[in-house]
Amino acid sequence: MSKFIVVGGGLAGLMASIRLAEAGQEVQLFSIVPVKRSHSVCAQGGINAAANIKGENDSPDIHTYDTIKGGDFLAEQPPVKEMCYAAPSIIYMFDRMGVPFSRTPEGNLDFRRFGGTLHHRTAFAGATTGQQLLYALDEQTRRWEAEGRVKKFEGWEALSVVRDDSGACRGLCAVELTSLRVQTFPADAVILASGGPGQIYRQSTHSMVNTGSIISSVFQQGALYGNPEMIQIHPTAIPGNDKLRLMSESARGEGGRVWVPKRRGDGRPPREIPESERWYFLEEKYPRFKNLVPRDVASREIFHAAVDLGLGVDGGMVAYLDLTHIDKATLNRKLGGILEIYEKFTGEDPREVPMKVFPAMHYSMGGLWVDYEAKADGFLNRQSPRNQSTNIPGLYAIGECDYQYHGANRLGANSLLSCVFSGQLVAPAVQSYAKNRKGGDASSAVFESERKRWEERLDSIGRMDGPENPFALHRELGEVMVKEVGIVRENAALGRALAKVMELRKRWSKVACVDSSGWYNHPKLFVNQLHNMLVTAEAIVRGAIERDESRGAHYKPAYPERDDERYMKTTIAEYDPGEIKLSFRPIDASLYKPVARHYD
Amino acid sequence: MSIELRILRQDTADSAPYWEEFKVPESGRNMNVIACLMEIQLRPVNKAGKKVNPVVWESNCLEEVCGACSMVINGRPRQACSALVGHLARPIVLRPLSKFKVVRDLVVDRSPMFQALSKVRAWMPMDGTYDLGPGPKISAAQAERIYTFARCMTCGCCMEACPQYGPASDFIGPAPLAQANLFNQHGSGALNKEERLAQVMDRGGVADCGKAQNCAKACPKEIPLTEAIAELSLETTKQMFKDLLAKGTPQSFGGPA
Repeated sequence: MSKFIVVGGGLAGLMASIRLAEAGQEVQLFSIVPVKRSHSVCAQGGINAAANIKGENDSPDIHTYDTIKGGDFLAEQPPVKEMCYAAPSIIYMFDRMGVPFSRTPEGNLDFRRFGGTLHHRTAFAGATTGQQLLYALDEQTRRWEAEGRVKKFEGWEALSVVRDDSGACRGLCAVELTSLRVQTFPADAVILASGGPGQIYRQSTHSMVNTGSIISSVFQQGALYGNPEMIQIHPTAIPGNDKLRLMSESARGEGGRVWVPKRRGDGRPPREIPESERWYFLEEKYPRFKNLVPRDVASREIFHAAVDLGLGVDGGMVAYLDLTHIDKATLNRKLGGILEIYEKFTGEDPREVPMKVFPAMHYSMGGLWVDYEAKADGFLNRQSPRNQSTNIPGLYAIGECDYQYHGANRLGANSLLSCVFSGQLVAPAVQSYAKNRKGGDASSAVFESERKRWEERLDSIGRMDGPENPFALHRELGEVMVKEVGIVRENAALGRALAKVMELRKRWSKVACVDSSGWYNHPKLFVNQLHNMLVTAEAIVRGAIERDESRGAHYKPAYPERDDERYMKTTIAEYDPGEIKLSFRPIDASLYKPVARHYD
Repeated sequence: MSIELRILRQDTADSAPYWEEFKVPESGRNMNVIACLMEIQLRPVNKAGKKVNPVVWESNCLEEVCGACSMVINGRPRQACSALVGHLARPIVLRPLSKFKVVRDLVVDRSPMFQALSKVRAWMPMDGTYDLGPGPKISAAQAERIYTFARCMTCGCCMEACPQYGPASDFIGPAPLAQANLFNQHGSGALNKEERLAQVMDRGGVADCGKAQNCAKACPKEIPLTEAIAELSLETTKQMFKDLLAKGTPQSFGGPA
């Protein structure tokens, strides 16, 4: 029996834990929040699988192609293929776990349309699919916990990994949120499933824990980061000053229409604007995919209509997302959960009044660089220890914190899939790694020195008493990222953003810890997270500067075309305390030749 | 405009609670209680102008789907993220949930709820997660009914509102009971219903419900918890008769109701 550590209890981490427990292994599962409250609950619309039970001749190959094209030919192709082929079995697994997927009149699983495909390929549970999938895995994990195979460390934050003298990862260093006790935990391999870094933008659809702090920390320890600049801006979010809440793509999947008034400054309430005076710009420009173009395309079009043409609702980067032509019973059945959220947070009933939505940071396609091993037929060798492995031996990454499946833009309802799939894929990988690992136990000295390093670091943070407030610095970081590193990217603006990030890093050393307590001191841990967010922010901005082309979510008007020769390559970021180093690595595009990406 | 808050604070799990007042700037009509607490982090000063440690709370998704940010707001247990200040009487009074141990300020330890889910075996027994094809066909109506109960976030609002649940009582509480009932109803969960019923026929089980019906009213997701508890109660009664018959003690007929 080997011992594995999983960091993060969202879909990816729980799936990995369950598969390892099933295989008779011992799992220690670390999570800041009780795993049932992980960010996966926020996923709304569904999970993709070409189960082809709608009579549309859908297939895993078409799903693979849609995903690769959706990512604008930046993803490594074999892992995408393996994932899309596994997808139907993943849906069936959840079905057996009791997930209340929506059903057809015959009692079959129902599938709806989502962006970037012409097929009904998205299985869903009302409009809180992520929540329902997470709960199913949470329940199964609890079952393994009751059997003693999984031990949970909820209320612990991972700080770094422990590396031995050869550089291999031999365990984890973590801190308990209540006591602030720093402790190290040896393991045969560590799997990071810690989610995305949305808090770098602050105003994003991400949850509070999504700082990506541990990812930044292992990046600083030498792990490579892939495609940091590939940040998805979701076209439809609901404004808010604490966070931007998602309005699911499923609203468009069920027939929602996006429009702005044709006349600039038209101040009439939306229902008083007649049909002929509304511009359904997505339907007009993309007659095939209409409102279901991929997210990067929809966000750019909203930006164009609202900002370039000045047609935004109330003068902002805001469009209407209109469901009022659909009968209320259908809306409540298929979208109830998200309509309730809109109503609760805005006070308006979206069944009666078109929703006001605007684009918001939503997902990071980029993340830790991970490896895979392909076979000659384009599928993966499922037993390979290379799958999901970072460049640090014994350190693996899965879920949103890896870079592997979505290229330059993720298709809606593919994230739940990639989380679960990578969780499945990593389990045999780490077991192969543990079995073949050479060398004995790591010396206790490497554990002790890592523990000491963090104890001292947290102590010194606790003593910080400068003039800056860490939460205020976080706001400044979010503002510059939203403003300059969003839908439209100009090198001059990116240069300003980089200067700002570097300035904030300097000012970070002058923050005050603001909380003097030795018990459940959240600000103390936040100061460390903020430091780590600033490092990842530098990688994001530098990656955006370096890539002089337009591909997927990365759009530079000065370089409006995709440049496959120079940039059909993974951006690899390598940490250096002075200046993060970037290089480009070719991808395996042997399955599908890149073509121009059209949805019209 | 500024907003006044009165917050019941507690520095550690063992220390005495105390009230502290704050004043934060109001920003936007959709501002919620979480945004007020974030303002205190930005300027950790109480109403009297004294520098203090910022208030600590628990939250994650901020869109009322993770269950983390439960607290008692103006006397009502609810999620702080969906509590919009424009709809709240001032000063806004915040207290931690009282039925759980306080960790610090508004943070409480809800692990007993998760332990209860384990006790009632709130999961599908399955042979493995490997590919065994789809689950059983179910009607759209049943899927919707299951979904209604499957939305429980383990937030603890129902437990707070329940007069029967608390540190002095053994009662397991409404949320875990509703989950036990949920798994008894479908798929492979129905196959081991008896195991789950045995857990809630114990001391502290379904019979301890006082039928106050506060739970369903407090649920932020409007889950009809009382319906679930009534169903479960009926099932345990049936099971008791079955158990008695199996034991061959006909003289006990008419005993438990």
